[in-house]
Amino acid sequence: MLKKRIIPCLDVDRGRVVKGVNFVDLVDAGDPVEQAKIYNSEGADELCFLDITASSDDRETLFEVVKKTAENCFIPLTVGGGVRTIDDISRLLHHGADKVSINTAAVENIDLVAKAAKKYGSSTLVIAVDAKKNGDKSWNIFTHGGRKSTDIDALEYCIEVANLGAGEILLTSMDRDGTKIGFDNELLSTVSSSIDIPVIASGGVGNLEHFVEGVLKGGASALLAASIFHFGEYSIKDVKTYLAEQNIAVRI
Amino acid sequence: MKLVIINYGSGNLHSVHKAFEAVNNNLENPYEIIVTNTPSEILNADKLVLPGVGAFQDCKNAIHKIDGLFESLEQVVIGEKKAFMGICVGMQLLAEKSLEFGECEGFGWIPGEVIKIEAPVDYKIPHMGWNEVTFRNHELLNNISQNTDFYFVHSYYFRTQKNENCIATTKYPNPITAAVLKENIYGTQFHPEKSHNNGKQIITNFLLWEPS
Repeated sequence: MLKKRIIPCLDVDRGRVVKGVNFVDLVDAGDPVEQAKIYNSEGADELCFLDITASSDDRETLFEVVKKTAENCFIPLTVGGGVRTIDDISRLLHHGADKVSINTAAVENIDLVAKAAKKYGSSTLVIAVDAKKNGDKSWNIFTHGGRKSTDIDALEYCIEVANLGAGEILLTSMDRDGTKIGFDNELLSTVSSSIDIPVIASGGVGNLEHFVEGVLKGGASALLAASIFHFGEYSIKDVKTYLAEQNIAVRI
Repeated sequence: MKLVIINYGSGNLHSVHKAFEAVNNNLENPYEIIVTNTPSEILNADKLVLPGVGAFQDCKNAIHKIDGLFESLEQVVIGEKKAFMGICVGMQLLAEKSLEFGECEGFGWIPGEVIKIEAPVDYKIPHMGWNEVTFRNHELLNNISQNTDFYFVHSYYFRTQKNENCIATTKYPNPITAAVLKENIYGTQFHPEKSHNNGKQIITNFLLWEPS
């Protein structure tokens, strides 16, 4: 049976891991390569790096981090943040990323989704969507790391990028991010039940039960979390053991 | 001994290279690992690895765009029967044809075709993530337990014409070919380079393999 994936996410700012609480108040939580090694050995199913500063001057640092991580970790590595062009994707893949996640650039230039999928395959293309609730079963997407609002409906957008060749959707609830009150399962299930491709749940996980709800209520194929792992509140093993006890298939 | 990893611009080339290097460094008699698309170097290979991600047709076109690449591969693998391993699309290319984005011819080294995964509507496509593999006993699967998880990412799969060429399967929920073998020609649908320690074991087994 296909396993539900547990994905620790490292928000990286100028080569250092930070955590996000509603996208502000950044706290340093270590060296990304060292953290990646730990997650790799602890049984993480994938790793995700999000370069949250993404100012072009500091991009080279990220490439080095990606390269070093790929040399030490033999699980899939997704890298996102500031990815704007086919060339950016190409460089990340050649430094050792297995998948590239695109957010703002895909919203501003939807053609990029189809082009990237055609050139590197859907399997390397993750579309990251930051969504905020604006009414009953309705969410808008935000760009620029959650700083800029748009009129675009999150569900319609997810359907569109899925049709254009996205391999999966990394769906972050802006309302829940950093709150530790659980994933926005209504958002997750609304999107997941409307598209064929996998949805990765993100934003709001605070305890073990939240992971279970992300799968059972949200219909997520994978569960992403940052701070809950970084500060040692729970280990990957704790999460997987708990999910297994609730009869959710995980890789132990 | 030379192990050649074919470089035709595939997205997973770096990961494959790094994983093979990590495993190779632990061998008693390590290979010289060469990443190349030069026919003269391919002709000198003792073992070959063909990575591949993306669309079948794009991968095939990229290979054929490089002068003499396919011919040198054919010479070494079919002519001289050197050990060959294809990974993901690199494995699918061994088929006679693929139906992804219209019909496209493959290498035709193993009978069968590459077709879309058929799964109930509540099964996400691509088949992405860790899934259990069951297999026939073979030295390529030494030190791997039945039902071990490997990392998959694909929407199409290789349906071999002959059962004997399918040596491993996974379920989603219908059986899907996870590895193919015909004499010296081997391929995995899953990504050993991304399958942590069990993936490293698969690579070790290939490096130690001496097809008869």
